[in-house]
Amino acid sequence: MTKIRSIEELKKLRNELKSKTEALSQKDNPESIIQVKVTMATCGIASGSRPVFEYLTEELAKRNIPAKVTQSGCMGFCYAEPTIEVTIPGKTPVMFGFVNNKKADEIIERFIRKGELIEGIISQNYETVEFN
Amino acid sequence: MARQIRIALRNCGVIDPERIEDYIAREGYLALGKVLTELSPDATIDIIKKSGLRGRGGGGFSTGLKWEITRKVKADQKYVVCNADEGDPGAFMDRSVLEGDPHSVLEAMAINGYCTGSNKGLVYIRAEYPLAIERLKIAMMQAREFGFLGENILGTGFNFDVEIRYGAGAFVCGEETALIHSMEGLRGEPTVKPPFPSEEGYLKKPTNVNNVETYANIPVILNKGWEWFSNIGTEKSKGTKVFALAGKINNVGLIEVPMGTTLREVIYEIGGGIQNGKEFKAAQTGGPSGGCLTVKHLDTPIDYDNLIAAGSMMGSGGLIVMDEDDCMVAIAKFYLEFTVEESCGKCSPCRIGNKRLFEILDKIIQGNGNMEDLDKLRNLSTVIKDTSLCGLGQSSPNPVLSTIDNFYDEYFEHVSLKKCRAGVCKSLMQYLIIPDKCIGCTLCARNCPVNAISGERKQAHLIDQEKCIKCGACMEKCKFGAIYIK
Repeated sequence: MTKIRSIEELKKLRNELKSKTEALSQKDNPESIIQVKVTMATCGIASGSRPVFEYLTEELAKRNIPAKVTQSGCMGFCYAEPTIEVTIPGKTPVMFGFVNNKKADEIIERFIRKGELIEGIISQNYETVEFN
Repeated sequence: MARQIRIALRNCGVIDPERIEDYIAREGYLALGKVLTELSPDATIDIIKKSGLRGRGGGGFSTGLKWEITRKVKADQKYVVCNADEGDPGAFMDRSVLEGDPHSVLEAMAINGYCTGSNKGLVYIRAEYPLAIERLKIAMMQAREFGFLGENILGTGFNFDVEIRYGAGAFVCGEETALIHSMEGLRGEPTVKPPFPSEEGYLKKPTNVNNVETYANIPVILNKGWEWFSNIGTEKSKGTKVFALAGKINNVGLIEVPMGTTLREVIYEIGGGIQNGKEFKAAQTGGPSGGCLTVKHLDTPIDYDNLIAAGSMMGSGGLIVMDEDDCMVAIAKFYLEFTVEESCGKCSPCRIGNKRLFEILDKIIQGNGNMEDLDKLRNLSTVIKDTSLCGLGQSSPNPVLSTIDNFYDEYFEHVSLKKCRAGVCKSLMQYLIIPDKCIGCTLCARNCPVNAISGERKQAHLIDQEKCIKCGACMEKCKFGAIYIK
């Protein structure tokens, strides 16, 4: 990466990265992909999110489901760790709590593949500041 | 409707904290860019002042004013310090921000550097936070690579870089003068203010010390404007506050609510109520420096001033919920034990006074207290508050005063009736056998770990109170409900 030398360069990079990120969730965008975020702050890791992260990465690849599994910071639901958030392009992100490998398997097979609503969904109870 | 608004936590759980690209995609470093190219330091400070942002580490001092004071002092070198020495039991706000969104803190520190005229930032973080440290280091490396830290930032000629300093976990080092001494390699002891760190801080140079959460708010205020920010919250407390919800609550977690949200909303709507359907008794805020809010405070809007009026304080944002099974005298003792352990020992009111407070509380809990002790607790607390050197001692008796004020009945019962209604203080409890119900099966006697139960087979048994350790094994085993607690 070369250094960013001016505010214009920063804005350009921001726009590129922003549209790239947005494209991931857009339904008809060729760049879109299923995104899975695994909470990996200390609290999540202590409750076992690391093996879940590895399991999801391996199993989604093994089962030929194109997906992007990433780590994230604390989503705030400490009581339900490990928590994960699944975004299927064109749909609202859905959050799951108490995820272990068995639950992860169910999420892959039933929620991601078949679109069924399964137990363990946490309703998001906050607004995040957005920038326009 | 969502009761929570995430400003300081805007990127936590949203971005990958180890990818600067994620941060940039969400307006990262844009506030820094804007400030460096469009605004003068004074104009920037003015925005922060107008936003009404107050320090999120506990004191609640105006952030803009602090920056202004640091800016006005003339010196060849100034420092920007981030206080990440989070030490309250049950608090994890700063850790979560650093683990989930480290760049927001770095960006704000650079902005502060520009405003105050400093080119050097220091993050004082406790070594017990290995993951936060690791992610902060990654973030610093990436920020340097992209040119947000280092020399000639964004081609503007502004230089700024950040280093990490490790704390060994002493609670008093969260106090800014003690923190600075610890960074200098000296003992982590506070000194009298003034001079304030803004005038004479790290290596005797003007130093701006802000907490992690305070910094995390800065880029948003600059991106969205002070008007937007000051529309959230109450008249004198603007914006949001992050709380670490813990204790006897269903949804333990990290929340961020607008200032002015009531305790009832936090506990029952966001926190999902008290565990096992029990009764709410108290909520402890402000950690060992704070106090308890009770049922009568459930509808009080939470902000800096209301919490102080209620005998507690905002503190850094720990919020521990207690139910009917918690004994308030024991809670006060718990916090005092913490303070006694963490007192640096420099001034006698704190070193000796808190120890005596602890001893009186222990005496009451052991069942040896009298009414005079309650007065002693009050008087001693006042003296400690008035005469201690730093914030630790000046606030350490708060848990005692607040519990005596709000739960006088419980203290009274402990000293005069020798009774603990929550059933926590073991010395005040007695396990007794009801002779009429006891059939003499000997089951309790066989299960007693200290052989305190005697009696002939088929005859009523007796518990020797001298020997009894109040473990409750007998009551658990008895099939006839013949054992009860007095």
